[in-house]
Amino acid sequence: MLSKRIIPCLDVRDGKTTKGIKFKGNVDVGDPVEMARFYYEQGADEIVFYDITASSDRRDIMIDVVHRVAEEIFIPFSVGGGMRTLEDMRRVLLAGAEKVSVNTAAVQNPGIIADGAQAFGSQCIVLGMDVKKVEQSETIPSGYEMVIHGGRTYMGIDALAWAKEAENLGAGEICLNSIDADGSQKGYEIALTSLICENVNIPVIASGGAGNIDHLHDVLTKSKADAALVASIVHYGTYTIRQIKDELHTRGVKVRMRW
Amino acid sequence: MIAIIDYKAGNLKSVERALKELGFPCRITQRTDEILNSERIVFPGVGAAGKAMADLRQLGLDKALKAAFEANKPILGICLGAQIILERSEENAAQCLGIIQGEVKLFPRPLLSAQKERLKIPHMGWNGVHLRKKHPVVKGITPSDEFYFVHAYYPRPSSDKCVIGTTDHGIVFPSVIGHRNLIAMQFHPEKSGAAGLRILKNFCTWDGRHAE
Repeated sequence: MLSKRIIPCLDVRDGKTTKGIKFKGNVDVGDPVEMARFYYEQGADEIVFYDITASSDRRDIMIDVVHRVAEEIFIPFSVGGGMRTLEDMRRVLLAGAEKVSVNTAAVQNPGIIADGAQAFGSQCIVLGMDVKKVEQSETIPSGYEMVIHGGRTYMGIDALAWAKEAENLGAGEICLNSIDADGSQKGYEIALTSLICENVNIPVIASGGAGNIDHLHDVLTKSKADAALVASIVHYGTYTIRQIKDELHTRGVKVRMRW
Repeated sequence: MIAIIDYKAGNLKSVERALKELGFPCRITQRTDEILNSERIVFPGVGAAGKAMADLRQLGLDKALKAAFEANKPILGICLGAQIILERSEENAAQCLGIIQGEVKLFPRPLLSAQKERLKIPHMGWNGVHLRKKHPVVKGITPSDEFYFVHAYYPRPSSDKCVIGTTDHGIVFPSVIGHRNLIAMQFHPEKSGAAGLRILKNFCTWDGRHAE
Protein backbone atom coordinates (compact mmCIF):
# COMPACT_ATOMS: atom_id res chain seq x y z
CA MET A 1 0.00 0.00 0.00
CA LEU A 2 1.27 3.44 -0.92
CA SER A 3 2.41 5.78 1.81
CA LYS A 4 1.05 9.28 2.10
CA ARG A 5 3.79 11.67 1.06
CA ILE A 6 4.97 14.68 3.07
CA ILE A 7 6.45 17.26 0.72
CA PRO A 8 8.24 20.43 1.81
CA CYS A 9 7.86 23.33 -0.58
CA LEU A 10 10.67 25.85 -1.10
CA ASP A 11 10.13 29.20 -2.78
CA VAL A 12 13.28 30.32 -4.55
CA ARG A 13 14.01 33.81 -5.85
CA ASP A 14 17.25 34.58 -7.68
CA GLY A 15 18.72 31.33 -6.38
CA LYS A 16 17.89 31.97 -2.71
CA THR A 17 15.05 30.64 -0.60
CA THR A 18 12.66 33.32 0.52
CA LYS A 19 11.37 32.00 3.85
CA GLY A 20 13.62 31.97 6.86
CA ILE A 21 14.13 28.83 8.81
CA LYS A 22 14.52 28.69 12.54
CA PHE A 23 15.69 25.15 12.97
CA LYS A 24 18.86 24.35 14.81
CA GLY A 25 22.15 23.48 13.21
CA ASN A 26 24.44 25.11 10.74
CA VAL A 27 22.32 24.96 7.60
CA ASP A 28 22.56 28.04 5.38
CA VAL A 29 18.89 28.93 5.49
CA GLY A 30 19.08 30.91 2.29
CA ASP A 31 20.56 28.11 0.22
CA PRO A 32 17.98 25.89 -1.51
CA VAL A 33 20.55 23.13 -2.02
CA GLU A 34 21.43 22.90 1.67
CA MET A 35 17.78 23.11 2.65
CA ALA A 36 16.87 20.33 0.22
CA ARG A 37 19.61 18.16 1.69
CA PHE A 38 18.39 18.95 5.20
CA TYR A 39 14.81 17.94 4.40
CA TYR A 40 15.99 14.86 2.50
CA GLU A 41 17.90 13.69 5.57
CA GLN A 42 14.85 14.45 7.73
CA GLY A 43 12.70 12.06 5.74
CA ALA A 44 10.93 14.26 3.20
CA ASP A 45 9.36 12.03 0.54
CA GLU A 46 9.75 14.54 -2.24
CA ILE A 47 10.58 18.24 -2.53
CA VAL A 48 8.81 20.95 -4.50
CA PHE A 49 10.64 24.08 -5.66
CA TYR A 50 8.84 27.16 -6.90
CA ASP A 51 10.98 29.60 -8.79
CA ILE A 52 9.50 33.02 -8.10
CA THR A 53 12.31 34.89 -9.82
CA ALA A 54 10.64 37.85 -11.45
CA SER A 55 12.88 38.48 -14.41
CA SER A 56 13.15 35.75 -17.01
CA ASP A 57 16.79 36.52 -17.85
CA ARG A 58 17.76 35.33 -14.37
CA ARG A 59 16.21 31.89 -14.84
CA ASP A 60 19.58 30.27 -15.46
CA ILE A 61 20.28 30.66 -11.76
CA MET A 62 17.45 28.19 -11.05
CA ILE A 63 18.81 25.68 -13.56
CA ASP A 64 22.09 25.76 -11.67
CA VAL A 65 20.21 25.19 -8.39
CA VAL A 66 18.42 22.19 -9.93
CA HIS A 67 21.74 20.69 -11.04
CA ARG A 68 23.20 21.04 -7.58
CA VAL A 69 20.09 19.71 -5.82
CA ALA A 70 20.14 16.63 -8.05
CA GLU A 71 23.63 15.82 -6.84
CA GLU A 72 22.61 16.07 -3.20
CA ILE A 73 19.27 14.34 -2.81
CA PHE A 74 18.14 10.90 -3.95
CA ILE A 75 14.40 11.35 -3.82
CA PRO A 76 12.13 12.88 -6.49
CA PHE A 77 11.74 16.63 -6.73
CA SER A 78 9.74 18.96 -8.92
CA VAL A 79 10.28 22.48 -10.15
CA GLY A 80 7.56 24.98 -10.95
CA GLY A 81 7.26 28.67 -11.62
CA GLY A 82 7.63 30.37 -14.95
CA MET A 83 7.20 27.19 -17.03
CA ARG A 84 5.85 28.55 -20.30
CA THR A 85 7.32 26.41 -23.05
CA LEU A 86 8.46 22.86 -23.71
CA GLU A 87 12.00 24.20 -23.70
CA ASP A 88 11.53 25.56 -20.15
CA MET A 89 10.39 22.09 -19.08
CA ARG A 90 13.18 20.30 -20.91
CA ARG A 91 15.85 22.39 -19.20
CA VAL A 92 14.74 21.60 -15.64
CA LEU A 93 14.20 17.91 -16.42
CA LEU A 94 17.63 17.61 -18.02
CA ALA A 95 19.13 19.41 -15.03
CA GLY A 96 17.81 16.57 -12.86
CA ALA A 97 14.26 17.35 -11.70
CA GLU A 98 11.81 14.43 -11.82
CA LYS A 99 8.79 16.55 -12.56
CA VAL A 100 7.84 20.01 -13.72
CA SER A 101 4.84 21.87 -12.50
CA VAL A 102 2.83 24.12 -14.81
CA ASN A 103 0.31 26.58 -13.49
CA THR A 104 -0.46 29.94 -15.08
CA ALA A 105 0.83 28.94 -18.51
CA ALA A 106 -1.45 25.90 -18.53
CA VAL A 107 -4.54 27.91 -17.63
CA GLN A 108 -3.76 30.30 -20.47
CA ASN A 109 -2.66 27.57 -22.88
CA PRO A 110 -3.90 24.07 -21.92
CA GLY A 111 -2.03 22.61 -24.90
CA ILE A 112 1.22 22.84 -22.95
CA ILE A 113 0.02 19.96 -20.73
CA ALA A 114 -0.57 17.67 -23.69
CA ASP A 115 2.69 18.73 -25.34
CA GLY A 116 4.65 18.19 -22.14
CA ALA A 117 3.07 14.78 -21.51
CA GLN A 118 3.76 13.74 -25.09
CA ALA A 119 7.39 14.89 -24.96
CA PHE A 120 8.39 13.76 -21.46
CA GLY A 121 5.64 11.42 -20.21
CA SER A 122 2.65 12.16 -17.99
CA GLN A 123 4.60 11.21 -14.89
CA CYS A 124 6.72 14.35 -15.40
CA ILE A 125 3.84 16.79 -15.66
CA VAL A 126 2.30 18.21 -12.49
CA LEU A 127 -0.60 20.61 -12.84
CA GLY A 128 -0.38 23.35 -10.25
CA MET A 129 -3.81 24.78 -9.45
CA ASP A 130 -4.41 28.00 -7.53
CA VAL A 131 -8.05 28.02 -6.46
CA LYS A 132 -10.41 30.39 -4.66
CA LYS A 133 -13.85 29.75 -3.24
CA VAL A 134 -16.59 31.77 -4.97
CA GLU A 135 -20.38 31.77 -5.28
CA GLN A 136 -21.65 28.81 -7.29
CA SER A 137 -22.79 29.96 -10.71
CA GLU A 138 -23.40 28.69 -14.20
CA THR A 139 -19.75 29.18 -15.20
CA ILE A 140 -18.41 28.05 -11.81
CA PRO A 141 -20.75 25.20 -10.81
CA SER A 142 -18.36 23.77 -8.21
CA GLY A 143 -18.03 27.10 -6.42
CA TYR A 144 -14.24 26.98 -6.83
CA GLU A 145 -12.59 29.16 -9.42
CA MET A 146 -9.14 29.10 -11.02
CA VAL A 147 -7.05 32.17 -10.20
CA ILE A 148 -3.60 33.40 -11.22
CA HIS A 149 -1.23 36.14 -10.07
CA GLY A 150 -1.43 34.88 -6.48
CA GLY A 151 -5.22 35.13 -6.48
CA ARG A 152 -5.58 38.62 -7.87
CA THR A 153 -6.88 37.55 -11.28
CA TYR A 154 -9.99 35.37 -11.63
CA MET A 155 -9.98 33.23 -14.76
CA GLY A 156 -13.67 32.37 -15.08
CA ILE A 157 -12.72 28.68 -15.13
CA ASP A 158 -14.28 26.12 -12.82
CA ALA A 159 -11.59 24.34 -10.77
CA LEU A 160 -13.24 20.91 -10.94
CA ALA A 161 -13.81 21.08 -14.69
CA TRP A 162 -10.21 22.26 -15.14
CA ALA A 163 -8.79 19.39 -13.05
CA LYS A 164 -10.69 16.85 -15.16
CA GLU A 165 -9.64 18.51 -18.40
CA ALA A 166 -5.99 18.58 -17.32
CA GLU A 167 -6.15 14.88 -16.48
CA ASN A 168 -7.53 14.18 -19.96
CA LEU A 169 -4.78 16.27 -21.49
CA GLY A 170 -2.17 14.11 -19.78
CA ALA A 171 -1.27 15.72 -16.46
CA GLY A 172 0.21 13.03 -14.19
CA GLU A 173 -0.50 14.68 -10.86
CA ILE A 174 -2.25 17.72 -9.40
CA CYS A 175 -0.83 20.07 -6.80
CA LEU A 176 -3.94 21.75 -5.46
CA ASN A 177 -3.38 25.04 -3.68
CA SER A 178 -6.18 26.82 -1.88
CA ILE A 179 -5.41 30.54 -2.03
CA ASP A 180 -7.93 31.11 0.78
CA ALA A 181 -6.09 28.72 3.10
CA ASP A 182 -2.56 29.48 1.89
CA GLY A 183 -0.46 31.08 4.61
CA SER A 184 -3.34 30.99 7.13
CA GLN A 185 -2.00 28.00 9.07
CA LYS A 186 -5.66 27.26 9.86
CA GLY A 187 -5.88 23.98 8.00
CA TYR A 188 -6.17 22.72 4.46
CA GLU A 189 -9.35 23.33 2.42
CA ILE A 190 -10.83 19.90 3.05
CA ALA A 191 -13.99 20.34 0.96
CA LEU A 192 -12.06 21.49 -2.10
CA THR A 193 -9.45 18.75 -1.73
CA SER A 194 -12.15 16.07 -1.35
CA LEU A 195 -13.99 17.35 -4.39
CA ILE A 196 -10.91 17.12 -6.63
CA CYS A 197 -9.65 13.81 -5.16
CA GLU A 198 -13.00 12.13 -5.73
CA ASN A 199 -13.28 13.25 -9.32
CA VAL A 200 -9.85 12.59 -10.83
CA ASN A 201 -7.81 9.42 -11.15
CA ILE A 202 -4.39 11.00 -10.79
CA PRO A 203 -2.65 11.69 -7.46
CA VAL A 204 -3.48 14.94 -5.68
CA ILE A 205 -1.09 16.89 -3.45
CA ALA A 206 -2.97 19.14 -1.03
CA SER A 207 -1.43 22.56 -0.51
CA GLY A 208 -2.10 25.59 1.62
CA GLY A 209 -3.02 25.98 5.25
CA ALA A 210 -0.95 23.52 7.26
CA GLY A 211 -0.47 24.87 10.77
CA ASN A 212 -0.43 21.73 12.93
CA ILE A 213 -0.52 17.96 12.70
CA ASP A 214 -4.31 17.75 12.99
CA HIS A 215 -4.48 19.64 9.71
CA LEU A 216 -2.20 17.14 7.99
CA HIS A 217 -4.08 14.23 9.51
CA ASP A 218 -7.42 15.62 8.34
CA VAL A 219 -6.39 16.30 4.77
CA LEU A 220 -4.75 12.89 4.39
CA THR A 221 -7.67 10.94 5.87
CA LYS A 222 -10.90 12.92 5.44
CA SER A 223 -10.11 14.19 1.96
CA LYS A 224 -7.99 11.27 0.72
CA ALA A 225 -5.21 13.47 -0.62
CA ASP A 226 -2.22 11.39 -1.71
CA ALA A 227 0.30 13.86 -0.35
CA ALA A 228 0.48 17.04 1.68
CA LEU A 229 2.63 20.06 0.94
CA VAL A 230 4.19 21.76 3.96
CA ALA A 231 5.94 25.11 4.06
CA SER A 232 5.79 27.45 7.06
CA ILE A 233 5.32 24.75 9.68
CA VAL A 234 8.62 23.14 8.76
CA HIS A 235 10.49 26.26 7.61
CA TYR A 236 9.79 28.08 10.86
CA GLY A 237 10.67 25.02 12.89
CA THR A 238 7.23 24.39 14.43
CA TYR A 239 7.75 20.73 13.55
CA THR A 240 10.42 18.68 11.88
CA ILE A 241 9.44 16.31 9.08
CA ARG A 242 10.30 13.48 11.43
CA GLN A 243 7.94 14.78 14.14
CA ILE A 244 5.15 15.10 11.58
CA LYS A 245 5.70 11.55 10.37
CA ASP A 246 6.05 10.08 13.85
CA GLU A 247 2.76 11.66 14.89
CA LEU A 248 0.88 10.68 11.71
CA HIS A 249 2.21 7.13 12.05
CA THR A 250 1.02 6.98 15.66
CA ARG A 251 -2.43 8.06 14.49
CA GLY A 252 -2.56 5.27 11.91
CA VAL A 253 -1.69 7.13 8.72
CA LYS A 254 0.65 5.12 6.52
CA VAL A 255 3.81 7.17 5.97
CA ARG A 256 7.36 6.17 5.12
CA MET A 257 9.11 5.78 8.47
CA ARG A 258 12.56 4.51 7.52
CA TRP A 259 15.08 6.47 5.51
CA MET B 1 33.54 0.60 -15.19
CA ILE B 2 29.76 0.37 -15.00
CA ALA B 3 27.91 1.00 -18.26
CA ILE B 4 24.59 2.83 -18.01
CA ILE B 5 22.78 2.03 -21.23
CA ASP B 6 21.54 5.10 -23.06
CA TYR B 7 18.67 4.38 -25.44
CA LYS B 8 17.00 7.79 -25.21
CA ALA B 9 14.61 6.55 -22.52
CA GLY B 10 14.48 9.05 -19.73
CA ASN B 11 16.67 10.58 -17.11
CA LEU B 12 19.91 8.60 -16.95
CA LYS B 13 21.74 11.26 -15.04
CA SER B 14 19.99 10.43 -11.79
CA VAL B 15 21.37 6.89 -11.96
CA GLU B 16 24.81 8.24 -12.80
CA ARG B 17 24.71 10.71 -9.90
CA ALA B 18 23.66 8.01 -7.44
CA LEU B 19 26.49 5.68 -8.53
CA LYS B 20 28.97 8.54 -8.27
CA GLU B 21 27.70 9.38 -4.79
CA LEU B 22 28.51 5.78 -3.88
CA GLY B 23 31.96 6.08 -5.42
CA PHE B 24 31.54 3.71 -8.38
CA PRO B 25 32.90 4.86 -11.74
CA CYS B 26 30.27 4.68 -14.46
CA ARG B 27 29.60 5.91 -17.96
CA ILE B 28 26.42 6.61 -19.90
CA THR B 29 26.87 4.91 -23.26
CA GLN B 30 25.22 3.80 -26.49
CA ARG B 31 28.28 1.90 -27.71
CA THR B 32 28.14 -1.88 -27.96
CA ASP B 33 31.92 -2.23 -27.42
CA GLU B 34 31.78 -0.19 -24.20
CA ILE B 35 28.85 -2.23 -22.97
CA LEU B 36 30.57 -5.53 -23.72
CA ASN B 37 33.82 -4.36 -22.14
CA SER B 38 32.15 -3.03 -18.99
CA GLU B 39 32.30 -4.82 -15.67
CA ARG B 40 28.54 -4.51 -15.09
CA ILE B 41 25.51 -2.87 -16.64
CA VAL B 42 22.63 -0.69 -15.51
CA PHE B 43 19.61 -0.76 -17.83
CA PRO B 44 17.30 2.07 -16.77
CA GLY B 45 14.34 3.54 -18.59
CA VAL B 46 11.27 5.69 -18.43
CA GLY B 47 8.67 5.86 -21.18
CA ALA B 48 6.67 3.56 -23.39
CA ALA B 49 7.71 -0.01 -24.21
CA GLY B 50 7.08 0.26 -27.96
CA LYS B 51 9.33 3.25 -28.52
CA ALA B 52 11.97 1.91 -26.15
CA MET B 53 12.20 -1.38 -28.06
CA ALA B 54 12.34 0.43 -31.41
CA ASP B 55 15.17 2.65 -30.16
CA LEU B 56 17.07 -0.28 -28.66
CA ARG B 57 16.88 -2.19 -31.95
CA GLN B 58 17.84 0.82 -34.01
CA LEU B 59 20.94 1.33 -31.86
CA GLY B 60 21.74 -2.40 -31.89
CA LEU B 61 21.59 -2.44 -28.12
CA ASP B 62 19.09 -5.31 -27.92
CA LYS B 63 21.82 -7.62 -29.17
CA ALA B 64 24.46 -6.03 -26.94
CA LEU B 65 22.31 -6.53 -23.87
CA LYS B 66 21.58 -10.17 -24.69
CA ALA B 67 25.30 -10.80 -25.36
CA ALA B 68 26.20 -9.20 -22.03
CA PHE B 69 23.64 -11.41 -20.30
CA GLU B 70 25.12 -14.51 -21.95
CA ALA B 71 28.59 -13.35 -20.89
CA ASN B 72 27.36 -13.45 -17.26
CA LYS B 73 27.88 -9.75 -16.58
CA PRO B 74 25.80 -8.49 -13.64
CA ILE B 75 22.88 -6.50 -15.10
CA LEU B 76 20.47 -4.23 -13.21
CA GLY B 77 17.13 -3.35 -14.85
CA ILE B 78 15.22 -0.35 -13.48
CA CYS B 79 11.56 0.56 -14.12
CA LEU B 80 10.99 0.19 -17.87
CA GLY B 81 14.28 -1.71 -17.85
CA ALA B 82 12.62 -4.24 -15.52
CA GLN B 83 9.76 -4.67 -17.99
CA ILE B 84 11.24 -4.96 -21.46
CA ILE B 85 13.57 -7.76 -20.37
CA LEU B 86 10.46 -9.97 -20.53
CA GLU B 87 9.09 -11.43 -23.77
CA ARG B 88 6.29 -9.02 -24.52
CA SER B 89 4.37 -6.06 -23.13
CA GLU B 90 0.71 -5.14 -23.24
CA GLU B 91 1.93 -1.56 -23.69
CA ASN B 92 1.97 -0.92 -27.46
CA ALA B 93 1.70 -4.76 -27.85
CA ALA B 94 5.49 -4.61 -27.94
CA GLN B 95 7.74 -7.61 -28.56
CA CYS B 96 10.48 -7.29 -25.98
CA LEU B 97 13.92 -8.75 -25.23
CA GLY B 98 12.84 -12.10 -23.81
CA ILE B 99 15.75 -12.51 -21.39
CA ILE B 100 13.20 -13.64 -18.81
CA GLN B 101 10.09 -15.54 -19.86
CA GLY B 102 6.84 -13.76 -19.19
CA GLU B 103 4.93 -10.62 -20.01
CA VAL B 104 4.27 -7.05 -18.91
CA LYS B 105 0.69 -6.34 -17.82
CA LEU B 106 -1.40 -3.22 -17.32
CA PHE B 107 -2.89 -2.80 -13.83
CA PRO B 108 -6.52 -3.96 -13.93
CA ARG B 109 -9.34 -1.40 -13.58
CA PRO B 110 -11.05 -0.68 -11.37
CA LEU B 111 -8.27 -1.23 -8.89
CA LEU B 112 -9.43 -1.50 -5.26
CA SER B 113 -7.57 -1.72 -1.97
CA ALA B 114 -8.33 -4.34 0.68
CA GLN B 115 -10.60 -1.69 2.26
CA LYS B 116 -12.42 -1.38 -1.12
CA GLU B 117 -11.06 2.09 -1.76
CA ARG B 118 -10.38 3.04 -5.36
CA LEU B 119 -6.65 3.05 -6.10
CA LYS B 120 -5.02 5.23 -8.69
CA ILE B 121 -3.10 4.25 -11.79
CA PRO B 122 -0.23 4.95 -12.31
CA HIS B 123 1.05 3.52 -9.08
CA MET B 124 3.01 6.59 -8.00
CA GLY B 125 4.79 7.10 -4.70
CA TRP B 126 6.48 5.15 -1.92
CA ASN B 127 5.65 1.52 -1.28
CA GLY B 128 7.23 -1.47 0.42
CA VAL B 129 8.64 -4.67 -1.03
CA HIS B 130 7.89 -8.07 0.45
CA LEU B 131 10.96 -10.22 -0.14
CA ARG B 132 10.16 -13.81 -1.04
CA LYS B 133 13.73 -14.87 -1.52
CA LYS B 134 17.21 -13.92 -0.51
CA HIS B 135 19.33 -12.23 -3.11
CA PRO B 136 22.70 -10.46 -2.69
CA VAL B 137 21.35 -7.27 -4.27
CA VAL B 138 18.52 -6.87 -1.73
CA LYS B 139 20.64 -7.84 1.26
CA GLY B 140 19.91 -5.62 4.28
CA ILE B 141 16.51 -4.50 3.02
CA THR B 142 13.83 -4.74 5.69
CA PRO B 143 10.01 -4.88 5.52
CA SER B 144 9.82 -1.24 6.65
CA ASP B 145 12.01 0.08 3.83
CA GLU B 146 10.08 1.80 1.05
CA PHE B 147 10.89 2.63 -2.54
CA TYR B 148 9.74 5.16 -5.11
CA PHE B 149 7.49 3.76 -7.84
CA VAL B 150 5.92 5.37 -10.87
CA HIS B 151 4.37 3.01 -13.43
CA ALA B 152 1.12 1.78 -14.94
CA TYR B 153 2.41 -1.62 -16.12
CA TYR B 154 4.13 -4.33 -14.12
CA PRO B 155 6.35 -7.33 -14.94
CA ARG B 156 4.92 -10.83 -14.64
CA PRO B 157 7.50 -13.56 -15.20
CA SER B 158 6.13 -16.97 -16.22
CA SER B 159 8.03 -18.70 -13.45
CA ASP B 160 7.65 -17.88 -9.76
CA LYS B 161 11.32 -18.76 -9.44
CA CYS B 162 12.16 -15.38 -10.96
CA VAL B 163 10.10 -13.44 -8.39
CA ILE B 164 12.35 -12.11 -5.63
CA GLY B 165 10.04 -9.50 -4.15
CA THR B 166 6.44 -8.35 -4.47
CA THR B 167 4.51 -5.16 -3.81
CA ASP B 168 0.83 -4.59 -3.05
CA HIS B 169 -1.11 -2.00 -5.01
CA GLY B 170 -4.60 -3.48 -5.22
CA ILE B 171 -2.97 -6.59 -6.64
CA VAL B 172 0.23 -8.19 -5.47
CA PHE B 173 2.71 -7.80 -8.32
CA PRO B 174 6.37 -8.81 -8.80
CA SER B 175 8.46 -5.71 -8.05
CA VAL B 176 11.89 -7.34 -7.91
CA ILE B 177 12.66 -10.09 -10.40
CA GLY B 178 15.84 -11.92 -11.21
CA HIS B 179 17.34 -14.65 -13.31
CA ARG B 180 20.99 -15.70 -13.19
CA ASN B 181 23.15 -12.57 -13.52
CA LEU B 182 20.17 -10.26 -14.14
CA ILE B 183 18.27 -8.47 -11.36
CA ALA B 184 15.53 -5.97 -12.06
CA MET B 185 13.25 -3.76 -10.04
CA GLN B 186 10.10 -1.85 -10.92
CA PHE B 187 10.91 1.00 -8.52
CA HIS B 188 13.67 3.59 -8.85
CA PRO B 189 16.51 2.79 -6.42
CA GLU B 190 18.27 5.99 -7.50
CA LYS B 191 15.28 7.98 -6.18
CA SER B 192 14.54 5.88 -3.09
CA GLY B 193 16.78 7.51 -0.52
CA ALA B 194 19.13 5.46 1.64
CA ALA B 195 17.33 2.15 1.01
CA GLY B 196 17.68 2.62 -2.73
CA LEU B 197 21.33 3.59 -2.48
CA ARG B 198 21.92 0.44 -0.48
CA ILE B 199 20.51 -1.67 -3.30
CA LEU B 200 22.69 0.13 -5.84
CA LYS B 201 25.74 -0.41 -3.65
CA ASN B 202 24.88 -4.11 -3.30
CA PHE B 203 24.55 -4.38 -7.06
CA CYS B 204 27.90 -2.68 -7.64
CA THR B 205 29.68 -5.31 -5.57
CA TRP B 206 27.63 -8.33 -6.73
CA ASP B 207 29.49 -11.07 -8.60
CA GLY B 208 26.41 -11.93 -10.66
CA ARG B 209 25.84 -15.27 -9.01
CA HIS B 210 22.62 -16.25 -7.37
CA ALA B 211 21.18 -19.63 -6.41
CA GLU B 212 17.69 -19.85 -7.92
